[in-house]
Amino acid sequence: MSLMTLHLKVWRQAGPDQPGRFETYTLNNVNPHMSFLEMLDVLNEQLIKEGKEPVEYDNDCREGICGMCSLVINGIPHGQLPRTATCQLHMRHFNDGDTITIEPFRARAFPVVKDLVVDRSAFDRIIARGGYISVNTGSAPDANTIPVAKEKADAAMDAAECIGCGACVAACPNASAALFVGAKISQYILLPQGQPERPRRVLRMVAQMDEEKFGACSNHGECEAVCPKGISIINIARMRKDYRKAALGLL
Amino acid sequence: MAVTGLIWVIFVMVHLVENLLLFAGPEPYNRYAHFLVSLGPLLWLAELILLVALVAHVTAAISLVLENRAARPQRYVKLRSKGEPSKRTFASMSMIFTGLTLLLFLIIHLKTFKYGPGIEQGYVQVIDGKQVRDLHRLVTETFHNPIYVIWYVFALVFLGFHVRHGFWSAFQSWGAAHPRYTPILYSLGALVGVALAVGFIFIPIWFYFFVGG
Repeated sequence: MSLMTLHLKVWRQAGPDQPGRFETYTLNNVNPHMSFLEMLDVLNEQLIKEGKEPVEYDNDCREGICGMCSLVINGIPHGQLPRTATCQLHMRHFNDGDTITIEPFRARAFPVVKDLVVDRSAFDRIIARGGYISVNTGSAPDANTIPVAKEKADAAMDAAECIGCGACVAACPNASAALFVGAKISQYILLPQGQPERPRRVLRMVAQMDEEKFGACSNHGECEAVCPKGISIINIARMRKDYRKAALGLL
Repeated sequence: MAVTGLIWVIFVMVHLVENLLLFAGPEPYNRYAHFLVSLGPLLWLAELILLVALVAHVTAAISLVLENRAARPQRYVKLRSKGEPSKRTFASMSMIFTGLTLLLFLIIHLKTFKYGPGIEQGYVQVIDGKQVRDLHRLVTETFHNPIYVIWYVFALVFLGFHVRHGFWSAFQSWGAAHPRYTPILYSLGALVGVALAVGFIFIPIWFYFFVGG
């Protein structure tokens, strides 16, 4: 196993309203088995030893399920591997001597907090407007008491895979949150438990999405390509159909 | 965007089929053009629907573009497409440019033909003892101007790109998406785009090279 040398072009920004700029760092001795975040840990150790300020970046579970890591790596949110979050992207997918550009997710609704950390609480506010079921559904019912078609159960589970990382917004040429909201709405409208609050949920969540100043979806479908969970844009269509029906009082 | 766009796609398809009459010669073409004009209120209604759809489409497009630009005040230094299953293409990224070019094309097109020279200017053919406008002659003459032909080809390639993204996108925006049928609609969008562009481009080129004028 040979160690790699990498050149990192990292976005540095002192605070929310500060101007940002790229700084270039060179890392020798990068182990190809490191994850991208572990590589950044090594960068920070080096920066601290040099008496410089470490780079801020979000991370939590580091096993691809929490949705906390972000980063736009060489122009692609979460990097070039399909269905992979940044924390599961390993350095063996890069070449010795590569220059890697690292930017934060960029959207008006995701303001930069510092360096590569952005504030994604706009997503939380959207969820707070209806991304839940308010009644206590009790413990799991006996199997098949409430019949749910296999196709619907599968589609609901696919939508529920969303980890809310925001890569869809980051990759969208319009900075739209349609895939996130579409997934969060779809996971409920396909199941019986989601029916009572169905019209209210879609109207309120879409209204909040607009209020957060995300862009509008124009079907580039880039979100689906960068989604670490591969959530389909069919969920966006499902949301629009439900929104139209709810707005016309047909739900 | 979806409904108004599809109205225009349908119109443009019909328009292409009508234009094929150009190849049947001056008499059938002028007769048909005269028939359309003689429809009177029915034609006006169709024109009104198209006009309303166009105004709504352009207004929505411009406000969407402005809103979407504002949604990302700080641009990326580097952002590229990840590829499959992304549908981000030259067509999808250039909708506003192809669209505004088509709007300009439409204005020039109407000025040239619909509001161009008619019977008073001597563009006249006698059909069944009646004087009708010789639109065929106007088309033939116009399509012998090389600059006009080049502009037409250019604009109609843009039409192809615009429809390539717009067609399937309209269904997706309306909420009509399905794992099985959406890929078909997506491919159909490419087919409709190419068919419209090739069909319309064929006419001025054919007239330029092969129809005397």
